[in-house]
Amino acid sequence: MTALLYVLLAIVICVAIWQITSILNLKSTIATEKDNNTQGILFAVFGIFFYGLMIFSFWKYSVILLPESASVEGEEYDTLYLITMLLILFVQAVMQFLLFFFAFKYRGIKGRKALFYADSTKLEIIWTVIPTIVLFGIVLYGLTVWNDVMDASDAEDPLIVEVYAKQFQWEARYAGADNELGLANVRKIKGINTMGVDMTDKNALDDIPTRELHLPKGRKVIFKFRSQDVLHSAYMPHFRAQMNCVPGMVTQFAFTPKFTTEEMRANEKTIAKVEGINKVRAEKGEDEYEFDYILLCNKICGSSHYNMQMKIVVQEEAQFNSWLADQKTMAQVVQ
Amino acid sequence: MSNHHHKETFITKYVFSTDHKMISKQYLVTGIFMGIIGVFMSMLFRLQIAWPDHSFTLIEAFLGRHQDGGVMTPDIYLALVTIHGTIMVFFVLTAGLSGTFSNLLIPLQIGARDMASGFLNMVSYWLFFLSSVIMVVSLFVEAGPASAGWTIYPPLSALPQAMPGSGLGMTLWLVSMAIFIASSLLGSLNYIVTVLNLRTIGMKMTRLPLTIWAFFVTGIIGVVSFPVLLSAALLLIFDRSFGTSFFLSDIFIQGEVLHYQGGSPVLFEHLFWFLGHPEVYIVLLPALGITSEIISTNSRKPIFGYRAMVGSIIAIAFLSTIVWGHHMFVSGMNPFLGSVFTFTTLLIAIPSAVKAFNYLTTLWKGNLQMNPAMLFSIGLVSTFVSGGLTGLVLGDSALDINVHDTYFVVAHFHLVMGVSAIYGMFAGVYHWFPKMYGRMMNKTLGYWHFWITAVAAYGVFFPMHFIGLAGLPRRYYSNTAFPLFDDVADVNIVITLFAIVGGAAQLIFLANFFISIYKGKKAEQNPWRSNTLEWTTPVEHIHGNWPGEIPSVHRWAYDYSKVYDENHENSGEYIHGEDFVSQIVPLKDGEEES
Repeated sequence: MTALLYVLLAIVICVAIWQITSILNLKSTIATEKDNNTQGILFAVFGIFFYGLMIFSFWKYSVILLPESASVEGEEYDTLYLITMLLILFVQAVMQFLLFFFAFKYRGIKGRKALFYADSTKLEIIWTVIPTIVLFGIVLYGLTVWNDVMDASDAEDPLIVEVYAKQFQWEARYAGADNELGLANVRKIKGINTMGVDMTDKNALDDIPTRELHLPKGRKVIFKFRSQDVLHSAYMPHFRAQMNCVPGMVTQFAFTPKFTTEEMRANEKTIAKVEGINKVRAEKGEDEYEFDYILLCNKICGSSHYNMQMKIVVQEEAQFNSWLADQKTMAQVVQ
Repeated sequence: MSNHHHKETFITKYVFSTDHKMISKQYLVTGIFMGIIGVFMSMLFRLQIAWPDHSFTLIEAFLGRHQDGGVMTPDIYLALVTIHGTIMVFFVLTAGLSGTFSNLLIPLQIGARDMASGFLNMVSYWLFFLSSVIMVVSLFVEAGPASAGWTIYPPLSALPQAMPGSGLGMTLWLVSMAIFIASSLLGSLNYIVTVLNLRTIGMKMTRLPLTIWAFFVTGIIGVVSFPVLLSAALLLIFDRSFGTSFFLSDIFIQGEVLHYQGGSPVLFEHLFWFLGHPEVYIVLLPALGITSEIISTNSRKPIFGYRAMVGSIIAIAFLSTIVWGHHMFVSGMNPFLGSVFTFTTLLIAIPSAVKAFNYLTTLWKGNLQMNPAMLFSIGLVSTFVSGGLTGLVLGDSALDINVHDTYFVVAHFHLVMGVSAIYGMFAGVYHWFPKMYGRMMNKTLGYWHFWITAVAAYGVFFPMHFIGLAGLPRRYYSNTAFPLFDDVADVNIVITLFAIVGGAAQLIFLANFFISIYKGKKAEQNPWRSNTLEWTTPVEHIHGNWPGEIPSVHRWAYDYSKVYDENHENSGEYIHGEDFVSQIVPLKDGEEES
C-alpha cells in the first residue's frame, strides 16, 4: 500500500513540474541566443565545479587511501600506479578544460559563421601517433611489472601456504617441514579435516592448518588458493595482491612481505588513516581500532560475502617460525 | 509501401506494428519503464550502503518479505545490484538505446521505406517485451530474483544451495536472457541487412551519417558476440537442470559433496566476457554515433575527421572482440594470457582517444546551439573522457590486481558506459523527439534535467574512485564488518545523497517526455536545421516515410556552414545561402564534395 503511495507521489511530482513550467509559460523548445549564452556560461561554471570536485576529493579523501605497499613486489606496483595516475590526471585536466572552454567560448551568437573545417590529415596523424607511443610505453612498463608480480617460481626458497575459501570463511594450511603441501580434494572432507586433506599422502602429515594467516617478513610466500564451493577472491589490498579461488583448480600468487604488522602500524599514513577511522568509531561508540593486515573476499559469494575475512599477521622470521612450531600438524589434528 | 494502402486496425497500428517508427517508440517506452525499475533499485541499495542499519519506510514498502523492519536482507541487496545491472545494461542501454534509435534512424537516414524485414522487426520487439516481462516477473519469485551479480558466475549462480536467488529466480533470468538474445539477434541482422541493401540512390557507404555507421557496426558486434552468451546460458541451464559439469567441479556445499567433476568456472568467464566486453561497445557505440550527429548539427560545423571517426568505430568494434580477458586478470588464467589481453586492451585507447579529440575539434570555432540534446552530448564527451582514462589502470593487468572488483571499477564503468550511454540516449530522445512524436520537448525542463544530472553524476562517481582505491570491494551488503572501512562511510553518504538527487532529476525528464507526447508544441519539419534525410519526411508519420519518391542523395551529412572558398567572388558566403545543406541538395557548379 505504502509502495502505491510512493508511486503516486512520483506521478504528482511529475505533474507538478509540468504545471510549474506551464504557469511560467515556458513552452519554448529551441535554444535562442539567450539560451546559448546562459548555457555556455553554465558550462564554464560547471568546469569550475568539476575541477573543484577533483581538487576537493584529492584533498579530502587522500587520507582514506591505502598506505604504501607492504610487499616488496608491491613497490613496483605503486610506481606504475603513480606514473599512470599522473598521466591520467594530466590528460583529464587538459581535455576537460578544452571541452568546457570550447562550450563556453563558442556558444552560439546570431550571425557568427562557424568554421567549415572538416578534416586534417596532419592533426589526425598527430593524435593517433602520440597516444600510440605513450600507450606502448605504459604497456611495456606494465608488462614488466606484471611478469615480476606474477612470478611464482620457487627459486628463492619460498614459504608455501594454501589459502582455502568457503562460504563464508577462510582457512590456511602451511606446507610444514617438507615445505610441500599434501594432496587434497573436497571429497576427502570429513569431520575435523575441513580442507579435505588426503591423509594417505605422506606430504600431508606435517601440513599445518590454521585460522589466522601469519607471514614472515622478508621471505617470499607462494599462496596456493582453493575453494570448496563457489568462486571467492583472496584480496590482500595492503600487499597489492589478489587472486580468485576457483572450485576444481588451484590458483596461485606470490609476494614477499616487507613490513611487519608492528612496522605498518607505525607508518605515518597508517597512523593518519587509523586516526580517521577511530574518529568515526568514537562517534558510533565503538571500540578503538588497531591496524591489522587483512584478507577479504572480493568475489560475490553469497549472503555473507560482506563479512568473509581473515586476519594477517606479518612477523619477523624468527617469531614467525616459533609461532608456526606451536601449531598442530595435520597428523596431530586428525588423530 | 506508400501506394499500397491496407486497412490498419488498432492492433496492427499500435500493437503488432511492422512500421519501424512505431517499433522504435515501443522500444523506447519499454526501455524507459525498465529504466525506472533499474534506477529505482539503485536508489534502494544506495540507501542500504549509506545507512546500513537504518530503517526506511521506502524499503519496508517495496521489499515486502525481503526486509525486516525497514532494513533489507543481504540476499535482496545482492538481488537488487544484480537486477539493476542486468536491466540497465541489457534492457535499457542495449534494447532501449539501440532498439529505439537503430529502428527509428536506419530507414529514415539511409532513405528506405522501412526495415528490410518489418515482420522480423516486430518479432524482435515482442521477444524483447516478453523477456522484459519475464525479468520483471522474476522479481516476485518467493526466494527472490537472481542475485549472483549481473555476470552470473557459476557455481554461485548454478547452485540453489549457494544462495536463494539461484533457484527459480536464476532460471527465469536465464530464460529471459535467452529470449532477449534472440530478440537482439533478429534486430541486429535487420540493421545490418537494411544498411547494406536499402540505401537510397547516392547514399554511398562513405556518405552515411555516423549514427548509421555506429548502428551498423553495433549490429555486427551483436551478431558476433551475443550467440556466445546464449551458448553460455544454455550450458549453464544444462549444469543447473540436467547434471552436466561444464562449469562445475569438486564442490562441497551444505555438508555434502556434489557429483560435478571436470568443469571450470573459468570457462564460463571466458564465454560470458566474450559477449560481456563487446557488450560495452554495443551500448556505447550507438551513443557515440548519436553524439557525433548532434554535436555536428548543433555546432553548425561538419564533424571533424569523418573518415577517422568511421575508422575508429570499426577499430573499436574489431578490438572489442579480443579484449575480454581483461575482466579475468585475477581469475587464475595463465599470466601470459593476461599480457596479451593487456596489450589488446590498451590498443583500444587509441581509437577512443581519436574520437575524443575529434569531438573537441568539432566544437572548436563552432557556433554552438545549446539545445538540451547538445548539452547531453557535451556531457557525454566529458564522462567518456573521465571514465575512459581510468581504463588505463584497469586494462593494465599489473595495476588491475589491486583495484579489481573494487568500487574503482564501479566508478570507471558507470562513467564510461553507464552515464555516457545514458547521456547519449537522452541526447537522442531530445533531438529526435519531434521525429518520433511530431511534437517538441520543453527546453527549460531539459536544461534543468541536464544540469542536475551532470552535477549528480560526477558527485556520485568521482568520490567513488577513492573508496575503491581504499580497497573497498563492490557488492558488499554492508561495510561495517571491517573497521578498516569505517572511514569510507562518510563518502558513501555523500554518494548516496548525490544519487538520490540524480535519480529525482529523472522525474523532470519523465514529466517532460510523457506530457510532451500529448501537449508538446507541434514540431516543424526540420527544427534543428539539420542535413540528414529524416528531416525531409513529413512531420506526420506515414507508412513508407516519404509520400512520393524517395529522395536521392548528393552529398555527405555534414555540410554545415559551407562557404565559398577565397577564389570565388562570393568568398566567405554560404554556398547554399544557409548554414546547412540537406543531403538531398545537388552540388552547385564548381562546388566540391567534402
